Amino acid sequence: MKEYSIKELEKKANEIRQDIITMLVKAGSGHSAGPLGMADVFTALYFNVLKHDSKNPNWEERDRLILSNGHICPVRYAAMAHAGYFPVQELDTLRKFGSRLQGHPERERLPGVETTSGPLGSGLSQAAGMAYVGKHIDKTTWRVYCVMSDAEQECGQTWEAAMFAGKNKLDNLVALIDRNNIQIDGFTEDVMPLESLKAKYEAFNWHVLEVDGHNIEGIIDACNQAKAIHQKPTVLICHTIPGKGVSFMENDFKWHGTPPGISNMPGEPAKEDQASIALKELRTLQGKIESEQE
Amino acid sequence: MSLNKNSMMNPKAYLSEKLFQDDIEKVPTRNGYGEGLVLAGEENEQVVVLCADLTESTRSEAFQKKFPERFIQVGVAEQNMASLAAGMALAGKVPFISSYAAFSPGRNNEQIRTTIAINNTNVKIAGAHAGVSVGPDGATHQALEDMALMRVMPRMNVIYPCDAIEAKKATLSAARMKGPVYLRFARAGTPQFTTEKTPFQIGKAEVFQEGKDVTIVACGPLVYEALCAAQELEQQNISVEVINNHTIKPLDADTILRSLKKTKALVTVEEHQIAGGMGSAVVEMLAQRFPVPVEMIGVKDRFGESGEPSELLDAFGLSCPHIMQAVQRVLKRKS
Repeated sequence: MKEYSIKELEKKANEIRQDIITMLVKAGSGHSAGPLGMADVFTALYFNVLKHDSKNPNWEERDRLILSNGHICPVRYAAMAHAGYFPVQELDTLRKFGSRLQGHPERERLPGVETTSGPLGSGLSQAAGMAYVGKHIDKTTWRVYCVMSDAEQECGQTWEAAMFAGKNKLDNLVALIDRNNIQIDGFTEDVMPLESLKAKYEAFNWHVLEVDGHNIEGIIDACNQAKAIHQKPTVLICHTIPGKGVSFMENDFKWHGTPPGISNMPGEPAKEDQASIALKELRTLQGKIESEQE
Repeated sequence: MSLNKNSMMNPKAYLSEKLFQDDIEKVPTRNGYGEGLVLAGEENEQVVVLCADLTESTRSEAFQKKFPERFIQVGVAEQNMASLAAGMALAGKVPFISSYAAFSPGRNNEQIRTTIAINNTNVKIAGAHAGVSVGPDGATHQALEDMALMRVMPRMNVIYPCDAIEAKKATLSAARMKGPVYLRFARAGTPQFTTEKTPFQIGKAEVFQEGKDVTIVACGPLVYEALCAAQELEQQNISVEVINNHTIKPLDADTILRSLKKTKALVTVEEHQIAGGMGSAVVEMLAQRFPVPVEMIGVKDRFGESGEPSELLDAFGLSCPHIMQAVQRVLKRKS
């Protein structure tokens, strides 16, 4: 696999963000904040951390990436397209009839998505099931990564899975939590306080790392550190900004489940201008990354 | 009761010689599950068994003893169990998940829907302690809705064996087929009236007794009650065909239609809510293809309660005399 520099990865993440905006506008529905917020994490995973082969998605030795909060699939689809799983143009079919890019991802429709998800809270269980087989039954070398939202920590099943992973010392399992502090109905700490997430996972016998979810180097380092942790699963609490890169979306829970161009709140750009402003901001950022590179 | 000389028992069903003898052995169908798991484990090393703190009573114990490295204790966490199994299936295993039907597929229905059925993972769900015959534990533990939950699930196969021997065969067959399967088992000991030679194939209903006046389509241990009713009715010169419809989904429409075209009257028998159960599946098909008068034996939109199994089967109108009355009622409606 090609070795990318951090600057190249930052550029890639920015391109993925632009694709997210474009695909959401074409779809006319879908989630904006989470996918934009997780673009750096997915870039780090697909272009550095994961052992995978986009031309052979069922490669036996691949690392498994489970996306538990299926609603942020636009970021996974965009990262997969950039990684060569399918043509980037296919992103335009998101949420359309007959598309392989379902509104929430389906395993059997798109090779490489590993599992079907959407209803929150069941991804960590599936990841733990895979990791159990890998560690205790088949003694494999592949690792399992599971991306979750922070609101999924409100689901009881998440903790059933956390308890199971702790009990079985699944050190081949890494969970990445998108700690963006928002969910559909508001801020997580208003809807249902989650803190201290760190103390909770530690109490379930996990190794806990906290990272800036927009620092690609930091995410890669943390995933590498996790490989050195024995007899415990690792959770990366990734502190992210929902809507990252688009000023009027950042940190606003109203953008959790809305695409650009549908409605606007006071102080926000007119709905017909939202997509172009978002893309302009992201392109400006792209220019900045490129100029820093020189 | 002795075997009636005029019996139209299907010789190809190879039912037990002790069929109507008082000393017929009574074995819970869950025992057949336990035996079937061990056979499946011996045959295929990819078979794994998960259990949610009910290892002895679901009879998963035998597998645990024989293959400890392939047995996974998950604690009281049926939702996690379903999705763990989905993950294991995606990693190449053939997982069986064992619990009581009230909890699995009761409590974990959405996890089964998303991570097993939509996901099309090769997971086998075993629901023990189904029906009012659970007995003293009462309504909370007597699953009466589980077949309905599983029957409406696309991709799900639903099997309800009539005795322990058939349960063993069903478990082994489920392990051999690819795709999600729900297996339903009972707690109480019930007559072991089939034999190793009795045919069993998923999706293929079996005519246990041939008749011409009315067809009883039954599933689970109540198939035995249906055979008893048929024997009694023969003495009243009523000729009853009895079909063991162990596979609720996919339904064997051909066998059922062939019988109904001959008898033109139907009684369905099951230890489950009438709404959404095996009988519903049969009459949904018949209403469209060959409508006949129907009487349905099952639980009538109520929950169970504590009591002894036989006492409850009588109280809920599921035993032999109730089946006989249903046959007589449906014959009056037959034109």
